[in-house]
Amino acid sequence: MAKRILTALIGAAVMGIGAQAASATTLGDVKAKGFLQCGVNTGLTGFASPDASGNWSGFDVDYCKAIAAAIFGDATKVKYTPTSAKDRFPALQSGEVDVLARNTTWTINRDTALGFNFRAVNYYDGQGFMVRKSLNVKSALELSGAAVCVQTGTTTELNLADYFKANNLQYNPVVFEKLEEVNAAYDAGRCDVYTTDQSGLYSLRLTLAAPDDHIILPEIISKEPLGPAVRQGDDQWFDIVSWVHYALVGAEDFGITSANVEEMKKSTNPDIQRFLGVEADTKIGTDLGLDNDWAVKVIKAVGNYGEVFDRNIGTGSPLKIERGLNALWSKGGIQYAPPVR
Amino acid sequence: MTIDATIPPGKDKPTGSILNDPKVRGWIYQGITLLLLVLFVYWVTTNTIENLKRANIASGYGFLNGRAGFDVGQSLIAFTSDSTYGRALVVGFLNTILVAVTGIITATIIGFLVGIGRLSKNWLIAKLSMVYVEVFRNIPPLLVIFFWYSGVLAVLPQPRDSLALPLDMYINNRGLAFPRPVFDAGSQFIFYALVIGIIASIFFARYASKKQMETGKRLPVLWTVLGLVIGLPVLTYLLAGMPISFDVPIAGKFNLTGGSVVGPEFLSLFLALSFYTAAFIAEIVRAGIRGVSHGQTEAAHALGVRPGLTTRLVVVPQAMRIIIPPLTSQYLNLTKNSSLAIAIGYADLVAVGGTILNQTGQAVEIVSIWIIVYLTLSLSTSLFMNWFNAKMALVER
Repeated sequence: MAKRILTALIGAAVMGIGAQAASATTLGDVKAKGFLQCGVNTGLTGFASPDASGNWSGFDVDYCKAIAAAIFGDATKVKYTPTSAKDRFPALQSGEVDVLARNTTWTINRDTALGFNFRAVNYYDGQGFMVRKSLNVKSALELSGAAVCVQTGTTTELNLADYFKANNLQYNPVVFEKLEEVNAAYDAGRCDVYTTDQSGLYSLRLTLAAPDDHIILPEIISKEPLGPAVRQGDDQWFDIVSWVHYALVGAEDFGITSANVEEMKKSTNPDIQRFLGVEADTKIGTDLGLDNDWAVKVIKAVGNYGEVFDRNIGTGSPLKIERGLNALWSKGGIQYAPPVR
Repeated sequence: MTIDATIPPGKDKPTGSILNDPKVRGWIYQGITLLLLVLFVYWVTTNTIENLKRANIASGYGFLNGRAGFDVGQSLIAFTSDSTYGRALVVGFLNTILVAVTGIITATIIGFLVGIGRLSKNWLIAKLSMVYVEVFRNIPPLLVIFFWYSGVLAVLPQPRDSLALPLDMYINNRGLAFPRPVFDAGSQFIFYALVIGIIASIFFARYASKKQMETGKRLPVLWTVLGLVIGLPVLTYLLAGMPISFDVPIAGKFNLTGGSVVGPEFLSLFLALSFYTAAFIAEIVRAGIRGVSHGQTEAAHALGVRPGLTTRLVVVPQAMRIIIPPLTSQYLNLTKNSSLAIAIGYADLVAVGGTILNQTGQAVEIVSIWIIVYLTLSLSTSLFMNWFNAKMALVER
């Protein structure tokens, strides 16, 4: 960790020279080095985790792949930087990673003082609590006096303090830097309660010794819009990262999947033609600094938003998280993409 | 500065170019090095400031006055989520000091015992001490910390099945709970009595040693000191009508409530640092004692001094001169190793600083605070130990 912060500091110092020498835009840099450097979680099943042979997979990882596909037409041109909750921001600030796709909550502080930009929300989450069934707790309001395991440097830590204060409950925070340490401590019974984003709780429950002995309480105590973050000051790059997400959502809206995308290119629907860049004289991709068929490449690489969701965290995965808020706007959720026009 | 001005009035006249004068060369090399250093620092500083500005990252130490918004599990002073970031750092700092000071004391005691033990003529004690040193010295401190932490968590029971210890103490995997004294009116006299007892003891000890120098008579120092330091406060406690009551831990819904709790994070860090550093101190002590010429012991024996007194009055005082300088390094090591606390979630300076770093994004500022605090701590320890060393050093005539 210390090493990474040091790298970040030196990076911050050297960045000036580096930036002058190389191309002025992140897109130019990424194209020049030939791969996308993507900041992901150190290991959160369903969102970003490496397998035994070091191949990364997960919801956030698919966003890295989708961005790489949009740029290079090749989803494998990604290098992953696993970051803890604490060193993710220095990593992005210093330019160590090009984009941070690491279940990171969009807050005003991160959007302003930390110097980042958020726009696309790829997962609407909220903070929840997990406890042992044997404690017989039915609601978070019964948690007064409990020891609560939480990861440091997260919005979770702040929401927790606010929630317990607002409801006049006592608690004893047990704080760790790494997710694995929090898991181990909770599993060993160091604390009664585990709190993080609900999606995280579902994922973490699978890694516990006896997942069925734990329940996730019904309360959601915060809004946690998660999405990819980029550095301020490069609007083109910001647009690319945002529109990759909108392309995924748009594709689901149009019913375009990784299986039928080639057929859909022959569609007579002008909206779809425009979206897939097959319209005559289109500038739909070149305006972004990409090829006109970038959306096709993205969908071929990872599928549409629904496919990405189901494969990693939804019904097609061990996590089995409901779409809920993350369903399309037309299906009762709030995932919505601006028009491609 | 011109070069001419630096030519010293040498004994020999410069035979050729002034560049061949070693003193002038020395000046030039040092000048160039200094210039490069200043340029490097200037370059790093301006670049950092420039880049922070360009990346729209706020900078400066103003954020320390902001509301922290998070809670800290272990704190020596009152801290809530409404306190400032600055106060959070103070909490972390105090926790670091706490574990460092208690760790240093315990490590020194264990270290001296084991070090002397290794020199013991008793085979069992000597070998046990050797095994201790070899085991702890050859394991990385982080592993020792994990060992204790996992050990504490794995072995101790859940709060509902706490082990009851004597004196209303309980131990479980949330730590050691013990009764907290509640000081009622009148208890300040006990504190005064303690202070008076300690001061009186110091004077009595001085008087006793002076008396022994003059007349050779030995006064019962130990018993008098015990009487003053323990007896006097106890007497005051009884006279003042027993003004101290105890808040006893009782089982609550989740944890024990009431009393004071020392968390497993502190316990394991404290134990790990003490045992780990003690192994090194033991070796230093052994080296120090070995460093005293055996002739000193023989001379003492020849004068009829008993073995125990020989160690205490002849060998150890001389060994201390060899022991203290490397001992200082071990104290500094222990203090710095305490930053490994972050691995087990003990809220030390690095852990709390890390949290603040993440909540505010002020990486440069927090890292600079870390550096300054650890530097100050280490330099203060060094200064103190140098002073102590000077006091113990051989007075040369």
